[in-house]
Amino acid sequence: MTSTLAEKASPSAPATARAGARRAKRRRTVLFFMAPAFLGFLIFFGYPLIATVYYSFTRYDLINPPQFIGFDNYVRMFTTEPLVGTAAYNTLWLVVILTVCRVTFSLGIASVISRLKSGVGLVRTLCYLPTLAPPAAATLAFVFVFNPEFGPVNRFLRLVGIDGGLWFNSPEMSKPALTLLALWGSGELMIIILAALLDVPTEQYEAAELDGAGLIRRFWHVTLPSISPVLLFGVVNSIIYALQFFTQAIVAASASAGTADVAGNSKLIGAPQNSTLTYPIWLYVQGFRYFNMGYAAAMAVLLFIVSSGFTWILVRQLRKSQHQEEGA
Amino acid sequence: MITLSDTARKPPVSVPPRVQFKRNWDKRLSYIATHAVGIALGVIFMLPLLFVFLTAVMASDQAMTASLWPTEWHFENFVKVFQKAPLLEYFGNSLLYSALATAGALLSAIPAAYALAKLRWRGQNLFFMLTVAAMLLPPQVTVVPLYDLWVRMGLTGTLVPLIVPYFFFDAFSIFLLRQFFLTIPKDYLEAAKIDGCNEFQAMYRVLIPMAKPGIAATAMFCFLFTWNDYFGPLLYTGENQDHWPLSLAIASFRGMHHVEWNMTMAATALIMAPVIVLFIFAQKSFVKGITFTGVKG
Repeated sequence: MTSTLAEKASPSAPATARAGARRAKRRRTVLFFMAPAFLGFLIFFGYPLIATVYYSFTRYDLINPPQFIGFDNYVRMFTTEPLVGTAAYNTLWLVVILTVCRVTFSLGIASVISRLKSGVGLVRTLCYLPTLAPPAAATLAFVFVFNPEFGPVNRFLRLVGIDGGLWFNSPEMSKPALTLLALWGSGELMIIILAALLDVPTEQYEAAELDGAGLIRRFWHVTLPSISPVLLFGVVNSIIYALQFFTQAIVAASASAGTADVAGNSKLIGAPQNSTLTYPIWLYVQGFRYFNMGYAAAMAVLLFIVSSGFTWILVRQLRKSQHQEEGA
Repeated sequence: MITLSDTARKPPVSVPPRVQFKRNWDKRLSYIATHAVGIALGVIFMLPLLFVFLTAVMASDQAMTASLWPTEWHFENFVKVFQKAPLLEYFGNSLLYSALATAGALLSAIPAAYALAKLRWRGQNLFFMLTVAAMLLPPQVTVVPLYDLWVRMGLTGTLVPLIVPYFFFDAFSIFLLRQFFLTIPKDYLEAAKIDGCNEFQAMYRVLIPMAKPGIAATAMFCFLFTWNDYFGPLLYTGENQDHWPLSLAIASFRGMHHVEWNMTMAATALIMAPVIVLFIFAQKSFVKGITFTGVKG
């Protein structure tokens, strides 16, 4: 396409040849820099994305060749298979509750830190540090800390006269416990919001204060409007995080069940009573424990449809902010 | 010092003295309140880590009780735990995975990020948006055909399927490096090119030295991500214990080695330690990198 355009615009033949050569050289340069990325993108992202759709219409167990079965996997997913509904419910629970809690919590902590006059660095470090802990290890730590019998949390609650509950061992409390674990590790969002809070011009606060605006009104009319893009990022980022919630749930289930078994063993998954069985975990079990690869692919397609909507929001926001930067 | 500079900065022109006095009191109270909350937050966030450590040095029977403070300090638990399980081997696997993946990510992502940030070509924006999408989508979306691919190559049960992709395409590294590279003024590269450098030399001699903090941050995030990764190793090495990294081993640690909580917590502390040390040494670039990943308003 470029060549036809160039031919039309060119006044003389030698100039065209030179321009063409330069363009070819530039294309070679770009290709030189981008070749591994192009190749990797195609092999490790583009191809599997399309192939997933194909596999979702087949029955495939990795050994026998895939067998085309039309929409059977999808029909099964929406009608007869009982656990996919539980898994979807658990993930939806996390998407709603975890997102609300994570954004509010991060915003709350960031506002406290932003108001500190000394020790900002230290408090920020302490609040961020747990985020770095490997999720599997952090989960183990939490299963211990929230142990119903001898965990420090219940011990403390007994001290103030509250019966602490079973946390990871009860179907009602396991997801709230996982949410607390996720909040403990939400330092990244906290730092992003903190950076946005510190970017709000102080003159605006001063002006609002002179107008007699109280703390709440200042927050509502000054802070919120200027950090709203970051909050949107936080919401979508948390939704995506909740949609792929996997490690903590799988490790918590096997660690709290406490039997002698390998994590990821299908007997322990979702314990107690499938309350921690998230959608990605069920996808993993179907595909890589039962080797229902076609069914897992159908689940993956549904996950893709749901998550690509949220992904699109972030991509668009990023493009918008970039245009603004270029324009400025 | 703080109160001094505060009062020095503030007084608006027309405020009567008594209101001024009240305001100062309000200020001082809110200063104390916010700092108390700040200290409390820091402590609360640290408590779980403290409990892990305290339990790790308890005797096994004490670890099963509700007591928080060790009656005897068994620091040798950190050594003993290596006899309970082949932790060193797992550690080696983790290191292999993280180090190779990080090296691969830098090798492949630096040129790609350079082309995305500093060259102009057709499809540039499209490819960048696709990269962002690849970064954000859950890994489970593409996992079925990828697993199939590695099975056919006979490489499941090893760490190879986890490492190789980094040598071609790591969406997060490309994204983060591009954002860093954009902040480096083009003039330096132009000057280098006028001096006779080609694009590669301009990248190698000018951009990379200038972008060192960004590259370091990217390397750290990549190392951290792979060190903490659980889903990938579970998928590809789940059946082959010899290739397990620490993250996978720790999750089945208690069940497999029939060990008590004190040993489990000792192992947990040992796994967290490298990451915490890394953070203490490189805090600044971490924070900078994180704010770069957030979408700026």
